[in-house]
Amino acid sequence: MRFMMLIKANQDFEAGIPPSKNLVDAMGRLAEELGKTGVLQSSEGMKPSSAGTRIRYSAGRRNVVDGPFAETKELIGGFAIVQVASKQEAIALAERVVTIHAECGVSEFEMEVRPLFDPGECAERAA
Amino acid sequence: MTASNIHREIDAVWRIESARLIAGLARMVRDVGVAEELAQDALVAALEQWPASGVPDNPAAWLMTTAKRRGIDRLRHGKLVDLKHEQIGYEIESAQDDATAAFEAAIDDDIGDDLLRLVFTACHPILSTEARTALTLRLLGGLTTDEIARAFLVPEPTIAQRIVRAKRTLADAQVPFEVPRGEDRAARLASVLEVLYLIFNEGYSATAGDDWMRPQLCEDALRLGRILAELAPAEPEVHGLVALMEIQASRTRARSDAFGKPILLLDQDRSRWDRLLIRRGLAALDRAQRLGGAQGAYALQAAIAACHARASSADDTDWPRIAALYFALAQLTPSPIVELNRAVAVAMAAGPAAGLELVDALVSSRALDNYHLLPSVRGDLLTKLGRFDEAREEFERAASLTRNARERGLLLERAASCAQNADA
Amino acid sequence: MRFMMLMIPKGYENAAPGAMPDAAAVAAMMAYNEELQKAGVLVTLDGLHPPSMGARVSFSNGKPSVIDGPFAEAKEVLGGYWMIDVKSKQEAIEWAVRCPASNNEVIEIRQVQEFLDFPSDVREAAARYPEIKAATQRRERHMRVVR
Repeated sequence: MRFMMLIKANQDFEAGIPPSKNLVDAMGRLAEELGKTGVLQSSEGMKPSSAGTRIRYSAGRRNVVDGPFAETKELIGGFAIVQVASKQEAIALAERVVTIHAECGVSEFEMEVRPLFDPGECAERAA
Repeated sequence: MTASNIHREIDAVWRIESARLIAGLARMVRDVGVAEELAQDALVAALEQWPASGVPDNPAAWLMTTAKRRGIDRLRHGKLVDLKHEQIGYEIESAQDDATAAFEAAIDDDIGDDLLRLVFTACHPILSTEARTALTLRLLGGLTTDEIARAFLVPEPTIAQRIVRAKRTLADAQVPFEVPRGEDRAARLASVLEVLYLIFNEGYSATAGDDWMRPQLCEDALRLGRILAELAPAEPEVHGLVALMEIQASRTRARSDAFGKPILLLDQDRSRWDRLLIRRGLAALDRAQRLGGAQGAYALQAAIAACHARASSADDTDWPRIAALYFALAQLTPSPIVELNRAVAVAMAAGPAAGLELVDALVSSRALDNYHLLPSVRGDLLTKLGRFDEAREEFERAASLTRNARERGLLLERAASCAQNADA
Repeated sequence: MRFMMLMIPKGYENAAPGAMPDAAAVAAMMAYNEELQKAGVLVTLDGLHPPSMGARVSFSNGKPSVIDGPFAEAKEVLGGYWMIDVKSKQEAIEWAVRCPASNNEVIEIRQVQEFLDFPSDVREAAARYPEIKAATQRRERHMRVVR
């Protein structure tokens, strides 16, 4: 089963403050471990929402607005895609990540674990 | 909307639409040079009108209509004298009516074929490799002359001339605007793949501090390769080349340290290898193999790259498989470099003595007399066999053969360390 | 440059577990996905099951805490994403504008952070790690030979 682990943005992230050396090191070691077992399929960080843009769709029109999007609490800062046997495993992984961040002094930190559609599922709908 | 904003938008639209636009026009006017000129006319018109009107809902259709209108104008003013007026005029005018969805659907079906025609034409073997490369990046990649010049470290007028001459050569030789079939096809396709891989390697060889356009060439080549894989999905070597490029590109973030110093594959931090690209590469390799193309040159090279990509650490590398793949590659494209790589793999799989046998054969063949990697590999194998004095000599020879200062430094370090071991 | 196009579908925050997008919308999206693929710019994409099938993990009172979805306060949630490789943010926007999204849906475009974007001391710390490892491995290989 594949899951997307969303890492929510926080104030530091939005301010463009980079992660500490400790955190980069610790997350690097975790990434390496998960990569070796084939669990980690991808992981990326994103630039703050000040560098982003939103497009809102309405009948026949596209409204384009540049960031930052300070008013939304659902901003994403980064993500990882993992392949594990169950949702419990995915949550356990998230707990490890959260713990690492806490140990490295990150005060505001939240992750969201979301199961992904099997690529075949949507295709069947369309057929 | 500011002036620079609209220009950036038009740039983006151009990057997305220009190749198809030129391809569609080329089919009508039977000349890629003229097609590009008409396309450029349309771009100029867009730059003039879109700042005021905004980007149209269907920019591709707008550009095509405008380009066709310019084509008609040129016909009327006798500027297309060298080509068959009536035929072209008829084609342009009958396609003038762009109102119906049915028409646009018909154009869509043709576009894929036209794009493929453009790929084969830009990479025609009648052109020199440099000409093919510049023309491909221009017509298919949408790069400006300046961007191409910066990417290849060559003055802009040189590239401009190269492109002008390439178009003239194609026109003079009356190269037909078509997709080759039958006997010709394999050789023509090889020519296309050669160009794409050349572009990729030019980008791959870029070092820290180079103009941003240079490493960008890897992405340009990958994009063109992926496009080609969609246009010619039944060609295994296309997927083989794409696989090779995806996997090589996956190592970009691990290839050099924070100071720009290159890191050898076996020493790279594999957690920094891009897994998304590795998955894409393995999928492309799988496609190539399912099409029966496992023994193609690019597929074999991709399979070797895949062996490394699948190993979670250098120690987990399937060296026997890599050795076997190099053996197959050597049968297909015999070359002393391939043989040297095979020797390294054999040494890893069966021990340094086995590898040394193959290296010694290469030394006797004199084929790599001035290639620094031959004594470098020999030195490495001798070190592993404990023959430190001989190894030191080889590293010193290798150091004298390389022009790269950093590499020389590393080789001399190894020579020194051999000297220490010999004394110990 | 890589960009994420994050699809924020209207009302997805309230979708029941197992909810599926309707067939027509899926067909339109698949045609769009094919365009991205044919243009050679698509790296990867995924659809996400609704938050009612997810969970949130944060840290409180010295340990991780887990809450199952749905999440009452969430007004906008991620429904899917594309990762594309293009030459400029404008090109990403141009592609996003062509997406057959439904009324009131939002696509957020965010650039993926490249390693070189981090300041040098962070890169140095991360970079020293493979150097140290490589040096250790070379020493180990060398030692095997000497013995």
